[in-house]
Amino acid sequence: MTATSKFTEAQVKSVLSRMPYSKLIGVKPLLMGHELTLIMPYSQEVIGNPVLPALHGGAVSAFMELTAITQLALQGGHTKLPKPVGVNIDYLRRGKPMDTYARALVAREGKRVANVRVRAWQESFNEPISMLHGHFMAARQKSNG
Amino acid sequence: MTDSPKFDIKERREKLWTIAPMFTEGTPHGAALGLKFVAVDIGRATISLPYNAKLIGDSETRVMFGGAVTALLDQACGLAAFSALEKLDSLATLDLRIDYMRAATPGETIIAEAHCYKATRDVAFVRAIAHDGDSEDPVASAQAIFMQAKSAPNKDEADDAKAAETVRGGTARA
Repeated sequence: MTATSKFTEAQVKSVLSRMPYSKLIGVKPLLMGHELTLIMPYSQEVIGNPVLPALHGGAVSAFMELTAITQLALQGGHTKLPKPVGVNIDYLRRGKPMDTYARALVAREGKRVANVRVRAWQESFNEPISMLHGHFMAARQKSNG
Repeated sequence: MTDSPKFDIKERREKLWTIAPMFTEGTPHGAALGLKFVAVDIGRATISLPYNAKLIGDSETRVMFGGAVTALLDQACGLAAFSALEKLDSLATLDLRIDYMRAATPGETIIAEAHCYKATRDVAFVRAIAHDGDSEDPVASAQAIFMQAKSAPNKDEADDAKAAETVRGGTARA
């Protein structure tokens, strides 16, 4: 991870509360030191194929986007939430009916735009189910855009 | 598509209209989001997502979360790919690219229109746009690649194929 500013669980929860969508997929934070992992707990709501069962690709993608935005918002101390500009998602493994974890790495943070990489995994960090990389508009301080 | 389809078009259309709602309202996540099936044809799919407070990504602007638009586009692309492949069988998404051109207007329904512009035996290439009424002024666009699951050696894939058949009530054999 790049050098991160220190943030607390209360700050993470405050950012999540600004994104009502996080409730829909039940996102919870897990802080280890100052490294943030978000959890999307298993629930019926995130299932895409009820027969397998398998998680919905869209739920996993949205979860990774949310992780990127949360990490950026905390790390950059932005007053406005960062917005996605373009993202690429690779689906590597089928999402099993269990909790999913995600962690974001800010590869570069410029004045207006940031490049972020997110990994989502379940049983093992080394066996990601999906990975995202993309650009987010994250204006530092006042000026937006 | 330039290749002549290796299936009965009329029969395929009828099956698609029966199966398609299972891709939207029929999945638990689709139901949680509020996805609505609009239309399907061979290589084409339209799905909508009505605005809902649960889908907001920023409580300050009340704009729908980008990830919700992603889920909508993913589903529309998947249905377009499914409809174009030789066999109506289960699919795996390989990758998905989304461009967010502008914020969705709060309160408006988002409509995703997907087109599978090329389908080989196993792979489907799809483009899609999401708009809130005017397709000339899209909210987002997508590009995706899907692969047909093979009902052979790999256990995961065999499970996928079996499940797809069960979900689609045995209509999967084309």
